[in-house]
Amino acid sequence: MAERTVKLEIRDMTKHYDNGDGVEHINLKIYEGEIVTMLGPSGCGKSTILRTIGGFLDVTSGDIQIDGNSIVKLPPEKRPTAMVFQSYNLWTHMTVYENLAFGLKLRKIPKDQIKADIEKHLALVSMTGFDKKYPTQLSGGQQQRIAIARSLLLKPSVLLLDEPFSALDAKIRQQMREEVKKIQSELGITIVFVTHDQEEAMALSHRIVVMNKGKFEQVGTPTEIYDNPTSKYVASFIGEMNFIEQGGKTLAIRPENIEITSEQADIQGTIRTIMVLGHYVEVNVQYGDLVIKCFVDRNVSDHLNPGDSVNLKFLKKHIFG
Amino acid sequence: MFKYLNPRRFYYAVGRKKFLEFILLAVFMLFFYGPLMYMCIMAFGNVYEVPNVLPQEWGFKWWSFVFSQKSLVSSIVQSLVIAVITTICSMVLCIPAAYSLARFRYPGRKIFMLSFLLTNAFPKLGIYTSIGILFYKYNLMGTLPGVVIIHMINSMMFMVWLPCSAFQSVHRQQEEAARDVGAGPIRTFFQVSFPMAMPGIMVATLYTFLGSMEEAQGTLLVGLAKIKTMPVEMYGIILDYPGQAGAVFAILLMIPAAVMIFAMRKYIGPEAIAGGFKMK
Repeated sequence: MAERTVKLEIRDMTKHYDNGDGVEHINLKIYEGEIVTMLGPSGCGKSTILRTIGGFLDVTSGDIQIDGNSIVKLPPEKRPTAMVFQSYNLWTHMTVYENLAFGLKLRKIPKDQIKADIEKHLALVSMTGFDKKYPTQLSGGQQQRIAIARSLLLKPSVLLLDEPFSALDAKIRQQMREEVKKIQSELGITIVFVTHDQEEAMALSHRIVVMNKGKFEQVGTPTEIYDNPTSKYVASFIGEMNFIEQGGKTLAIRPENIEITSEQADIQGTIRTIMVLGHYVEVNVQYGDLVIKCFVDRNVSDHLNPGDSVNLKFLKKHIFG
Repeated sequence: MFKYLNPRRFYYAVGRKKFLEFILLAVFMLFFYGPLMYMCIMAFGNVYEVPNVLPQEWGFKWWSFVFSQKSLVSSIVQSLVIAVITTICSMVLCIPAAYSLARFRYPGRKIFMLSFLLTNAFPKLGIYTSIGILFYKYNLMGTLPGVVIIHMINSMMFMVWLPCSAFQSVHRQQEEAARDVGAGPIRTFFQVSFPMAMPGIMVATLYTFLGSMEEAQGTLLVGLAKIKTMPVEMYGIILDYPGQAGAVFAILLMIPAAVMIFAMRKYIGPEAIAGGFKMK
């Protein structure tokens, strides 16, 4: 890939809350046209970082730059960022059109252009014809689409998405996720996305930042993080993982990296259950006190029965000290 | 035609439950609207003496009498002026207070909210008497500002509680979203928070206005009969003139209230009023 320009840079940023929580020494570079996801359980500080970028929280120390200019002293209305919140984004006393036009009017953009821009962006989020509706007449997913359109209309340098789909049904969530990815690749916009849903992070991001207790555990592409987790925490947080204690070390093996054989292999166990999950089968094997989960093909599981004694071969494993 | 009004026929036609409900409703209506109707009849009776059920002579005699009394007409103007000033002052003072109570967490917040209940918990007369001491000191007795302050004290609870709960129903994200698209804090308040809290604020404003229109006790005590609003004049009329003049005046007193309630009927409902008394 060609030399990439840094869009957003967080330099040694620290934010402490009064109760002692917060994030410390955060360093991150986000490149132009990238989707970076902050992933972690609730309370890990991912939203804190996003809100400091958006200007809704002040930082204790450190700096945040967009296009090389420090924004840390600016109030939210002066920052070149746009944020979509988890819910309650829209103003219920205004129509969809008025919601979308609010920020543009403040920028003194001519009326005709506002109208044209809004129509274009309503089409972009597949909401053409909804301009006269009130937000309460829309479903949760439609409201979030309008909120995304409102943010995009302002042509922000960085789009901030704070768990925008977590209040939606699973099916709509997947659909919205796909649409955000499509819109991002069309517009080439830089996005910082916050979620606690690892599947969403994997599906959407160019890079993922896995966070734990206010610190970065690992930063990398989805495949890097899935294939080479650098810590036990990351290994357990992303995808399915079996952990086996062996001689003071922890072995971590993904269920799809276990082969069930009759030959001599890494460990031996007894089959507990066999569950067909569609195109693959989950086989749970009792090994001492542990239950090892294996994903195998249907043609393998056809020859297996609960109670069988089997050998498990680890095709790929991670060792954590 | 009239045979259908036979109570027996009616009883069997609608069933016992409905019949009893009807009787109850009729009694209630009589209780509720009877006096009101009597007042209306009285206001239009030129001559109306005791044994007669209806006035012996109908007409507008007492209306022209009331409007010919200079003091009565000026009291109408006085009442409206005081009500408008009270409402505006109360909005300017209480709405920012309500906003801060709704948005920020600070010690003493709840006690501050409850303190408004105190002015309504004690007998008003006691409060007015003790306020009188202060008012004499600051030369507020018998002045318009003094009366406005008394009216504001009465309306404060509504004016803080109702808008406070209205502001609480505006989500913080909605304000943050406005900041995010480029509105400063003041614009955010006036274009997002304030309009979204409008229903609650409207109800509170209405209470303040109507409360001020009908306040008599405090106005009489603090106004020292120099500030003559409609309810204050009413005391005199009841004592000095026949009942018909009082009835005409009472109808006049009702008009602004009826107009206000009609204009704001959209905002007034049990939910809006009940919502104001939730302590969060």
